[in-house]
Amino acid sequence: MKKALAAVISIAIFIVLSYFFLTGSAPIDYLKGGNYTDPITGEQYNHSVPQQYVEDTKNDTGASNVVTAIVVEYRGFDTLGEVTVLFTAATGLALLLDELKRRTLPVVDPNFILKSAVKVVLPFIILVGAYIFIHGHLTPGGGFPGGAVIAAGFLLMILVHTTRGLPERKLSITESLAGISYVLIGLLGLVFANEFLQNYLPLGNFTMLFSAGIIPLIYIAIGFKVGSELGGIMHNLKGVHEE
Amino acid sequence: MIPELLQPVFVISAALLSIGLYGVMSKRNMLKIIISLGLVDTGVNVLIVAMGYLPGGTAPIENGNYALYVDPVPQALVLTAIVIGVSVMALALAVAMGYYRKTGTLELDKEGVMKW
Amino acid sequence: MMLFTFIAWVLAVLVIAPAIYAVETKDLLSAAIAVGFADLAAAILFLVLQAPDVAITQAAIGAGITLAIFVYAIRRTERWEK
Repeated sequence: MKKALAAVISIAIFIVLSYFFLTGSAPIDYLKGGNYTDPITGEQYNHSVPQQYVEDTKNDTGASNVVTAIVVEYRGFDTLGEVTVLFTAATGLALLLDELKRRTLPVVDPNFILKSAVKVVLPFIILVGAYIFIHGHLTPGGGFPGGAVIAAGFLLMILVHTTRGLPERKLSITESLAGISYVLIGLLGLVFANEFLQNYLPLGNFTMLFSAGIIPLIYIAIGFKVGSELGGIMHNLKGVHEE
Repeated sequence: MIPELLQPVFVISAALLSIGLYGVMSKRNMLKIIISLGLVDTGVNVLIVAMGYLPGGTAPIENGNYALYVDPVPQALVLTAIVIGVSVMALALAVAMGYYRKTGTLELDKEGVMKW
Repeated sequence: MMLFTFIAWVLAVLVIAPAIYAVETKDLLSAAIAVGFADLAAAILFLVLQAPDVAITQAAIGAGITLAIFVYAIRRTERWEK
């Protein structure tokens, strides 16, 4: 009886949602936004916010990727909050699984194909991940997918080295140092340019690797942090193996 | 009227939301509930990115050629939402594993734990 | 444009069918693999919607990290749902 009731409710919600989505108006056309008068200063704006971001990215930041400029430069404080949420979830998981780690599981010896393939493939996986987060301001990607690709490389290492696993102390030290360096770069912006997380390094040439101020530095810190954090999560979930 | 590309995309998003909701409401196993919450998360991310699509626009990476870009703000929101979704799901799995170790079962049927 | 609309309808089948299978089956390992497949099809959908950053992130995290943590959690608990 309960399954039938849940099925009826979910089908009703599907019909209502698709009716409202399919007969609504067009998506927000950001080229037509505007006509806003600031009540305090009396200025007139006739651009909407996304159009302002798309037009101003090349001159303000020097980055090619507009999404990167929004995540790091215009909304950089929200990215700092997101890094904090990641850190809190990883710490909570490590605390919850502390007594579960002492229960040991039998060892499963890995395949011959897996062992010999990982020796060849692992450096290339780490190289691709590092390429993605170093070139975050030029090509699509950035810190978060680069860190996830490096964590996938760590997963292969866990699957092959069944007794040693990952060097966990070094991973947590790397994660803490990367988070601290993100905040330190922001505080240096407070010293040099009067605002927290302001872009104070020279902007450089367009589409060069060493350009766009502090954006590559912040994305390198985020790449290290996300990679070591997800690797630490998987090491905690795996637990301890006995011989 | 909405653009023609967005009709199947909205159907996908509404279907993922309702399938995930059905999984949360009617299943008793804790891991199955967490899997259904992951489906709801994916559906919401698809919906947010679909709201920023303009017909005829390209990806928002500047190389001096095009003049019409799709809306870049929803993509910046979803980029962090995906990573937060996976870390919250890892924490939920840790809570489920601790519950299994204490009571020996993953079902939510016992008295004192309310489910329907 | 016609090609993209056709690809989007094909992807609609590829996303919804594994999602229904993942909720209905009693084997938790098959459900986790089905959710990984649905996330990968959603990554291709993001590419059709002209969002390459989001597509790379969804593919790397949905089909890699999510599947790995589910398999580790199933290994410590039970595989079959009662």
